[in-house]
Parts: sequence; C-alpha cells; structure tokens
Amino acid sequence: MTAPTLTGGTSHAGRARRRQAVLRRTVLSVGTVAMLVPVVALLEYSVRFPLTGAVDLSAWRKIVAGRTTEYQSLAPLWSGLTSSLVMCALTVAIMLGLLLPTMVWVRLRAPRAARTLELVCLLPLSIPAVVLVVGLAPVYRFLAGTPLGSSTVWLSFAYVILVLPFAFRALDAGLRAIDLVTLAEAARTLGGGWSRILLRVVVPNLRPAIVSSSFVTVAVVLGEFTVARLLARENLQTALFQVNLSDSQVAAAMAFVLLTGTTALLVTLELLATRTARTARPRGAEPSRSGVGREPRGDHR
Amino acid sequence: MVTATVPVGRAHTARPAAPARSRAVARLRAGAGLAPFFGYTAVFLLLPTLIVVDGAFRGADGALTLDGLRDAATARTAQVFWTSTWLSAVTAAIGTVVGGVLAYALSTAPVTSVPRKVLTGFSSVLAQFGGVMLAFAFIATLGTNGMVTRLVYEQLGLQVPPDLLSSMTGLVVVYAYFQVPLMIIVFLPALDRLRPQWREATAVMGGTTAQFWRRVAGPILLPQVLGAFLLLFANAFSAFATAAALISQQTVLVPMAIESAIRNENNTGMDSYAQVLALGMVVVVALVMGAHALLLRRAARWTKDAR
Amino acid sequence: MSVHSRWTATALAATMTLALAACGTGAAADTPATSASGGTSKAATATTAADLGGLDALVAAAKAEGQINVIALPDDWANYGAVKAGFQKKYGITVNSILPDASSKEEIAAAEANKGTDQAPDVFDLGTNVALESTAYFAPYKVETWEKIPAENKDASGLWVNDYTGIMSVGYNATKYGEITSLDQLTDEKFRGAVALNGKPAEAGAAFNGFLMTNAAKGGTFDDLQPGLDFFASLAEAGTLNVKDVTAGTVDAGEHGVVMDWSYNQLSTQARLADKGVEWKVFVPEGGEIASFYNQAINKDAPHPAAARLWQEYLFSAEAQNLWLAGGARPVLFDALEADGTLDAAAAGSLPEVSGTPQTPTIEQAEKANAVLAQSWESTVS
Repeated sequence: MTAPTLTGGTSHAGRARRRQAVLRRTVLSVGTVAMLVPVVALLEYSVRFPLTGAVDLSAWRKIVAGRTTEYQSLAPLWSGLTSSLVMCALTVAIMLGLLLPTMVWVRLRAPRAARTLELVCLLPLSIPAVVLVVGLAPVYRFLAGTPLGSSTVWLSFAYVILVLPFAFRALDAGLRAIDLVTLAEAARTLGGGWSRILLRVVVPNLRPAIVSSSFVTVAVVLGEFTVARLLARENLQTALFQVNLSDSQVAAAMAFVLLTGTTALLVTLELLATRTARTARPRGAEPSRSGVGREPRGDHR
Repeated sequence: MVTATVPVGRAHTARPAAPARSRAVARLRAGAGLAPFFGYTAVFLLLPTLIVVDGAFRGADGALTLDGLRDAATARTAQVFWTSTWLSAVTAAIGTVVGGVLAYALSTAPVTSVPRKVLTGFSSVLAQFGGVMLAFAFIATLGTNGMVTRLVYEQLGLQVPPDLLSSMTGLVVVYAYFQVPLMIIVFLPALDRLRPQWREATAVMGGTTAQFWRRVAGPILLPQVLGAFLLLFANAFSAFATAAALISQQTVLVPMAIESAIRNENNTGMDSYAQVLALGMVVVVALVMGAHALLLRRAARWTKDAR
Repeated sequence: MSVHSRWTATALAATMTLALAACGTGAAADTPATSASGGTSKAATATTAADLGGLDALVAAAKAEGQINVIALPDDWANYGAVKAGFQKKYGITVNSILPDASSKEEIAAAEANKGTDQAPDVFDLGTNVALESTAYFAPYKVETWEKIPAENKDASGLWVNDYTGIMSVGYNATKYGEITSLDQLTDEKFRGAVALNGKPAEAGAAFNGFLMTNAAKGGTFDDLQPGLDFFASLAEAGTLNVKDVTAGTVDAGEHGVVMDWSYNQLSTQARLADKGVEWKVFVPEGGEIASFYNQAINKDAPHPAAARLWQEYLFSAEAQNLWLAGGARPVLFDALEADGTLDAAAAGSLPEVSGTPQTPTIEQAEKANAVLAQSWESTVS
C-alpha cells in the first residue's frame, strides 16, 4: 500500500479526498434542505393565508407598523426581545464566570470533586422546567424583595442552571483537549498566580469551547419559554406566543425573522471570534494545537 | 521552555509527602474554590429540587400524605412513562445516527469554511427551537394545508394523513428536528479531536479505513457517542411544550401529565400527584445519567486526555 | 488587536451589559414609591368606594398607582381587548396584561408565585370551580352597582361576583363545509380531523362545558354523561376528532374546522376570518343550551389595590358591560341595563339564537361529572 501523501494530484489520497468532498457536500446539502423546510414553511405561512390561498404581505406590514389589531401593539414583542438579549449577555457572563473557573479548579486542585461537579451539571436535564419553577418561585419571591427587584432580567439566574448541562459538555470537551496541568504548572513556574493562569493561559487555549458554550447559552436563552411563562415574566418567546394568539401570520413572520436573525448573529460572532484569534498570537507555554485545523484547506480524515 | 512533550500529571507526586496539617489546609482551600459554584447551584437548583421532593409528599393543606404516590401507582402512569421513554429513546437514536453522520460530514470541512460556520450556527439555533412555534412550523409544513402536504398532493397525488402530527409518528418527526441539530453541536467538538496523525499512523501501519474506524476512532469516540445519546434522551424526556401544542388534549407523555395536573381547573388537588410524577422523571433521568457515568468509566480505559 | 485591548473591550462590554441590565430593572420598576405589598393601605382594605371617600377619591388613588396587572385576559375573549383599552383610555392607568392563555388555576398559581411582589396579578377572572375554592386569595369589595346584581350571581360578602356568561356553541367554517345544523353531521368523512373542543374536558372550563353541551344535545343530563361519551367515541372512531389545542393559528391554518367554544369566542373568530374572506358560522345544538358565568375577584395581596378596585367599578359600569355584550357575552347586568335603557341594543341583537333555557350545573353535579371525565375521557377518545 502506497504511503499517503498530503498533496493533491492523481494519487490515491487525492482521489479519496475528492470523493470525500463530493460525499460531504451531498450529505450536507440534503441535511440542510431537510432542516430548512419547516423554516421556509413558516415564511410561506406568513404571506399565504392557508384557508383561502390568498397571498399578501399584510403580516409583514403589520410588523413594520407595530400593531396587529386595534388593541394589540407589537411593543411587548420588542420589549420581550430586549429583555431576552440582555438575559443572553447576563447568562453567558454568569455561566462563564462561575463554571469555567470551577472546572479548572476541579481539574487542578480537587479532582475528586469531578464526578460531583458533573452530576450537578447534568441534574437540570432531569428536572422539567414546569417542576423546577415550583421550587424557583419562592426564591424569586425573595429576590423581589431585595434591591434587585422583580425585573425579568433576573431570570438569568435560573437560565444559568438550564444551560449547565450543555455548557458543561462544551467546556469539558475543550478542557480534555488541552494539557491543563502542564500548562498550569508551567505558568506557576514562570511566576503566574491563579488569575493569571486563568486569564492568560486557560482562556486563550479554550477559545473554541468557550465560544461554543456561549452559543449554546444564547440559543437556550432566546428559546426559553416555560420558566418565563410560569413565573409570569415577559421574554421573547412568551411575547411571541401572545402574538400567535391574536395573529398567527405575524407570529410566523416573527419566528422566521428570529430563526434567521439568531443564526446570522451566531455566525457573525463566530467569524469575529476567529478573526481576533488569528490576529492575536499569545506567547507562552502553549502546545501546538493540531486537530482543530488552522490550515486553510485541511484534510483531516 | 516547557513543551507539551513533558509527561504530565504525575510530576507533583514526586515531591515528599506534606505534613498532615498543611494537607488539611490544602484540602480546605481546594474546597473553598468550589464554594461559589456549589453555593449558586444550591440556591437555584438543589433547593428547588428539594422543594419538589417535599411537595411530592404533601397534600394541598400541607400535611404529609401518600396520596400523590397512590394516585401515581396506576397503570395509566406506567403507560405514560413507557410512552415517554419509548419516544425519547427512538428520537435520541435517530438524532444520534443522523446527527452523527451530519456532524462527521461537517468535521471534514475546514474549520474556517463559511458553510460550516453557518450550519453550526443554524444547528445551535434549531437545537433550542421548541415549543409552540416549532409545533406551528410543522403545522405550516405537514398540517392540513401545509406546504409539504400541498406539494406532495399536487406532485405525487399522495395525501398526507391529517392527523399525522398528532400521532406518535408525527411527534417523532418533530422531535427529531431538534434532536439532530443538538447531536451535531454536541458531537462536533469530539470529532474535531480526531487527529489526522492517527489516520496517517493507521495507514502507515497498513490499516484500512474500516480498521481505522473499528480499532482506533471507534473506541475513542464511543463514550462520546453514548454520552450524546443519553443527553438527547434526557432532552427529549423533559421536553413538553411542543408535544403539548400538538396533542394537547391527550396526556401521553410524563411532562404533559405533570402540566395537566398542575393546570387542572376541575380537580385542584392534583399538585402532589404532579410532584410525584416529577420525582419519577428525576429518577428515570438519574438512572440514564448513571448509566452514562458507568459507560464513561469503562470506556476511559481507551482514552486518556488527548496528548 | 493585542491581548490587552481585547480584554479591555471585553471588560467594557461586560460593564455595558450590566448597565443595560440595571437600566432594564429601573425601567421595569416604574413604581419606585410603592412598596411591594401595594400602595396606600387604606385602599387595600376598602370594601366599597365609600371607604375611601367616594368614587372620585378611588379614581385619584388609582391614578397615583398608575398601573394594574391583569391576567388571563386575551384580547379576543369577550372583547377584553376593548375593555382593557377603554379602561386605559378613561383613567390613564397602564394595563399590564400577563399570561393571556392561562387557565383559572394558573391565575391563582401566578398570584401565589409572585405574592408580595409587584408582578402579582391585581384582579382575577375565574371559572366557578376555581373561584369557589380560592376565596382565601380574595379581598371583599362591593361595586357601586352592587344592588343591581342579582343575588344568585354574587357572594354576599363581596368576595366574588359573576361578570358575564356565554352560551356553549359550535362554530364552523361555512365556506368550506356548508351549513351544519346538527351534531350528527359531524361524523361525516369531510370533517376528518377537524372537530375539536377548546381544551381537555377533565381540566378546562370551556371544554368541560362543551362536553356538557354535546351530552345534553344527545339526550343526556348532568348526572348521565354516557350519551356525550358515546358521541365523542363515535367522533374518534370516524377520525373526525382532533386533539390539538385550538388557537387562532390552528383555525387559520385549517387544522380545526369545527370548534365547540363559548359564543363570545366564536364571535372573535368570525370577525377575524371575515376579514380574510372566510365565513365562520355558529349554531347552538337543540337541547344543548349550556351557560356558565365567570367570576371577578380582587387579589388580597394586590400590588395596586386602588387600581384593582377601580377596575372592578369600571367592569360593572354600563360602558364595560356593553363592551362585553359587543363581544358576544351576556353580562350579568343585562336585565338591569335593559330596564335602565342603557343597554346597547345593536350589540344585544348579536347574541346567538337560543331556543331553550340555558342550564348550569350545580357544584356537586360538576364535581361528579368531572370525576367521570377524568376516568373515562382518555379511553373514550383514543
């Protein structure tokens, strides 16, 4: 068997690579189309009234005008969106500030707590929101009496719990891929304290994991409905639900905008994140990071 | 300068054993670092859980009671748990397989490619797209006047059954719609860790692609695959808003039974029953997660942290 | 960007986020002067407007509070959209409408979950069953028009009072299906997957009464529910019964073509679909005339007690009662308004034709019926 080469051409490896590229494109195209179908259906619903087949842009015009009926303005939708966006930022901040240092600490100082940490992080998956709220209500009642008040944005505290399973997985995958103990020891040898280790050594190495855990968090917060509804606070999804009750075409249009908008937001953030990563070149004891290709046209398998 | 080739992790055990007091102090300090996280989860996760567990055994007047347990120990409850488990397992399997294939296809694309970023971003969004709007999107697709229903009828002459979405088949399709993207975003990082050097090494030693997958990549990825499957299972098990929008007038799933007990206008004493059901859910998913942990421990033989 | 400026940027972003959040908090808490438990304690214990020094004093106190939290009041339910807008316009008090799709039980649950905060609901609009069980949450209050409300429609101490009722009816897409005059037609093939109740009979008030209507039309009584169960079993067998939740969206999408719901809800569907060129007709099956009043009550721990009481005064004034009438509901003061000559005759004409006298089950009958349904509904329709 000939040794594989990494250059193209008519070699065995080159043909295999081209075959693989065709296969990949086919699979991804089919998958993408399948995933897009319901989204397109939402768009179609927003312009075509199903019972009569009449096509018009009245739903979109209503969004621009800011009201659906004589009595319902779309203001709750925009205030819900604002609340949700603020909660995204807040939840990501709390999650990263709480979970990441703890996971690093466990790996470096308290390895025996690793299993407990994992269990606690996976626990939220087993408790349905409907039920968690029963227990959260007294906590939020208490919070309402503090200077924090009863603003919707403090739902972020509960949302951090909801994203724990997903964020933990993402950060854990990232931590497994780097040699944390050596890095930390090296940093300590060179005179770094705990915060320096964290900020200057761990975070730059974990960038993809941090980014992916943040994305999951944003997606969870923007899609969250049950907790907000049961605690009678207004966020994006509850506002959308309310609009759906009075005008389903407007709700469908908004849902379409949200799906595409959130995707665009996440993609933009990721493009920005990788661009800053490529311009910055952190110095220090950093192992080569193969496996996450930095080559422009990498062939990994 | 220290590089990654230095053997790791055991260096500090070469030091002489520290005296007992400073060991204890070290342990205390180690524990203190865990305090913020565990304090936070104690307030926002463990406390609510305990309240639920307590509520499972309290009646409407607050007295201890086993009424909830008694209401729950019926064939109906078993049926509901079985349906939930079955639905979650099937959709988790579909999600794992289809999502795994798509994730693999994505991982072969360079990380910097825009289509890959767009698909990953889109998957993140779809993985959390649920509830009423998802149900609605499917009504707009496969419902009586749905887009696909019309297309299939006009082009192929086939009639999509009007009650498709309210049936189990319909639910499986709808659940798969958020399970597959979830698998993609959960599994892609694991696939990214498969290094090309391993593939090259296998080829150099005379192995074929099949052997690579069976002997090298397979065992490495297996715990991740199983872990992802269990994550998808738990995700489907706790999901209810979508199913509620599609089959709202029948309670076929556990979270729906819980919500209906809580919402019930005509029999307001159902709260302890709801909390017993919730307890049951916690137990099921805890068992699933325990299996996950066991699997990880067994498979850990094959994978140390990547070097 | 160098490492340092990257971190500075992140720190700035974080600070801005927290500032935004704080602003969000500030903007949301519009009532800085009031404590969490409500405004003046006088308003919190007033049982009539006279306690506060008359209606004008009540209006002043309510305006000082500036807001009212209402719950479970969809805009298209008995014309509540107009009622809320009317109140807001008349007194300049902001109406915060939360959880419009909540069930009566969820209203009480929301009051419990948010007790002592300024997010708790101020007033309730509840089904009879939940109202009678939750009197511990209510504050007694008698509106100015109290004497005009019939005795059987109110609690003697003022804890709750009937506000409006409708007739259970069957609404259908006449453009698609033509005329429907009897329930027996509903097993026909053309209604495949189109017939629905508004909720689950064992749990939701509207669906429960829808079942009773069908049962009565098929010859049953409040104590004999078998004819109703048999009928729904036949619908399930014919494949015409749809168990999805009924919303404006599902009706628009064509998922539901025949809906059993209160007459006032049918009216809003009619108006909405007429706009789009679809005719939605309503009929009450013969022998199946069922009515059930909803109940108004004030939250004992209302964060805006004066506004809550003013809301109640507004609801039982001719203006709001006529708005409900325009929405297809029969307000409790119907007879009194007719006698006074303040009834909106045009709106009164739009109430559906009823041949028999509407029946309402007693509490005992409702409880027993509910127990039967809780047992047998699932098996009947699956």
